[in-house]
Amino acid sequence: MEVGIKNVFGSIGEAVTKGEGKTKVSMLIMGFGQMLRGQILKGIAFLVSEVAFILYMILFGAKYCSKLGTLGDTVTQKVGRKTVYGDNSFLILLFSILTVFVIAAFILLWYLNIRDNLNQEKLLAQGKSLPSNKTVFESLFDKNFDKTLLALPVTGIFVFTVLPIIFMICVAFTNYDKNHQSPTNLFTWVGMANFKRLLSFGSSGIGSTFVQVLAWTLVWAFFATFIDYFLGLAVAMLINKKGVNFKRLWRTILVLTIAVPQFVSLLYIMKLFSNDGLLNGWMMKLGWISSPIQFWVDPMLARITIIVVNIWIGIPYMMLIATGLLMNIPEDLYESARIDGATGWQMFRSITLPYMLFVTGPFLLTQFTANLNNFNVIYLLTQGKPQSIRLAEKAGSTDLLVTWLYKMTVNDTNYCMAAVLGIMVFIVTAVVSLVVYNALPSVKDEEGFQ
Amino acid sequence: MNKSYKKKQARSNVIAHIALIIISIIWLFPFVGLLLQSFRSYDPNVEYGGMVDYLIPKHFSLDNYKFLFSGQTNFIRWYCNTIIIAVFVALFQTLIVLCVSYALSRMRFTGRTFLMRFWLVLGMFPGFLTMICLYFLLKQFGLTQAGAVPGLILVGVASSGMAYYVCKGYFDTIPKALDEAARIDGATRARVFVMMTLPMSKPIIIYTALVAFMAPWCDYVFASYVAFGHDESYNVAVAMTRWVWTNDYQGYFTRFCAGGVLVAIPVTILFMCLQKYYVEGVTGGAVKG
Repeated sequence: MEVGIKNVFGSIGEAVTKGEGKTKVSMLIMGFGQMLRGQILKGIAFLVSEVAFILYMILFGAKYCSKLGTLGDTVTQKVGRKTVYGDNSFLILLFSILTVFVIAAFILLWYLNIRDNLNQEKLLAQGKSLPSNKTVFESLFDKNFDKTLLALPVTGIFVFTVLPIIFMICVAFTNYDKNHQSPTNLFTWVGMANFKRLLSFGSSGIGSTFVQVLAWTLVWAFFATFIDYFLGLAVAMLINKKGVNFKRLWRTILVLTIAVPQFVSLLYIMKLFSNDGLLNGWMMKLGWISSPIQFWVDPMLARITIIVVNIWIGIPYMMLIATGLLMNIPEDLYESARIDGATGWQMFRSITLPYMLFVTGPFLLTQFTANLNNFNVIYLLTQGKPQSIRLAEKAGSTDLLVTWLYKMTVNDTNYCMAAVLGIMVFIVTAVVSLVVYNALPSVKDEEGFQ
Repeated sequence: MNKSYKKKQARSNVIAHIALIIISIIWLFPFVGLLLQSFRSYDPNVEYGGMVDYLIPKHFSLDNYKFLFSGQTNFIRWYCNTIIIAVFVALFQTLIVLCVSYALSRMRFTGRTFLMRFWLVLGMFPGFLTMICLYFLLKQFGLTQAGAVPGLILVGVASSGMAYYVCKGYFDTIPKALDEAARIDGATRARVFVMMTLPMSKPIIIYTALVAFMAPWCDYVFASYVAFGHDESYNVAVAMTRWVWTNDYQGYFTRFCAGGVLVAIPVTILFMCLQKYYVEGVTGGAVKG
């Protein structure tokens, strides 16, 4: 790192002190040196990016960045019959963030421009010729093919993921909620107030709700991951068992669950378990129960039902993965165990399970983090309900952090709290991933079982 | 000894088959139920279209299907929207994933490990966090409400580069020596990628496209937000969820079932045909993590 910084300043210093005229002009007019040396294509690219940068700064950057401190002070008003537009906090924040990135990118480009100039100088001084425009262009499909391949995806991720995420992280420190909607109202910085509210247990805070939702999120992810894992493994072993016929048929039936879009199957199952649903209807007709079982109304029962329904979703997926892996275990291991008089359970405990856990460790981790954020199952089945007066901010008993976040965004337009929750989800996911990943046997000991 | 062992084996096989039959019934029940109830009329003169306590309709009727195609709702439009979104997302997402995977698997450039770590961290943020911001971005380009369909395609495609794991894992298993040989013969990287790597990657291309194609059929969250209030640009998930959540007590349940059957059939057939590739991709991805 240190060497890198030294190099950067070294080459800039070199350009200032020893560089020839063309290089020095390039420090002001990017691409100047390249163009004079015949590399029109490169030169134009540098020049165009400089012009674009200056235009952006004049048109947007400076205007919005100057208001970043307050996020705007003039409210949109109606004067007579005319609407006089004031500041828009949303735009100010968004463009300020963008400007920071644009400036950073420009400085990088400027440095690359200087370095390129110096390189060319050196090449010419050694009596070599510069690569022609055609060679430079062609290198984009050979030596520099990675730049061609990654340009579009990286830009897309920047605009549609990086920029919005940084924007939302900033929103977590503002009061952007339903009373401060731009453009009619402004929102402004409030520091850590939202975090304090989330973590305080007094009457104004929502700490107890947050802890309850977080606890259920973790409990859910744990059960959803491990119950499905072991049951899926069991079903896979059942189908793989010697002497079981129609193996393909059983697998195909299970795989149907993956094939049918979840919103169809889950909404149907939601109705199946509802108070006026088929299950309750049948049981009442048979006289087993006199009033419907409150599958989705009772908080505890709703949680259990969700986990049970999720087994229906999860087993086929695990079964597919386990089927392939089980076949990798050498048959003679079982054979020799059998000769030693091992029972089926013993063989599972000391051969199958250790191998499976070793191989699927990373998979279990990704499953766990995916379940922490398993929006579809929860939202399609209960929408986080049943609601309870003991929970603040309209959270329900089956709400995960993500469904709560979604409801805050869509129903309450409480964007700042939603942003705080999003950061919390990130922290939980990151901590779980980091801790578990480093403890995984397949990470610690890559060569084992190979 | 041998005889009793065989007897024990036979008995355990019978138990296994019984268990599998029970499992199959549980797993198939929702689909059979969906299909059967879609044939129950919602016409009050014939039967009730809401929730009832029996499974098999008393009168077989195609009223629900007729309703869907009668033009009383925009069902055909919703269906086409979803197909359009799914096809374009599948196409572009596959292209982007292939490009990113090739670059990360085969080329060594500065910032390569940084890029991969950075994307890994980005993936830990919940997707809905950025919903408002994305909505605003799309709105600037007129890609919400009436323009929701292209908007959803754009969002579906834009960040797909981050989903490179499985595909990169596959490329890593193709021997590098092949690339080197072709390059010694004078082929450029681009030529190696298009003429050699891609033809060898049929399974992973199909897997990527299949997964990308299936996702928009379930997209409720973002689609409902972007298309909000504009019935014509809804997709099937957004439109039909209303029949269960809000119109349910007017007896829309059987109409939901019929719509569900129409959505499920083509997607399921496609999936079943390409099942082999899906299994390959999922297993490969799971083991490598």
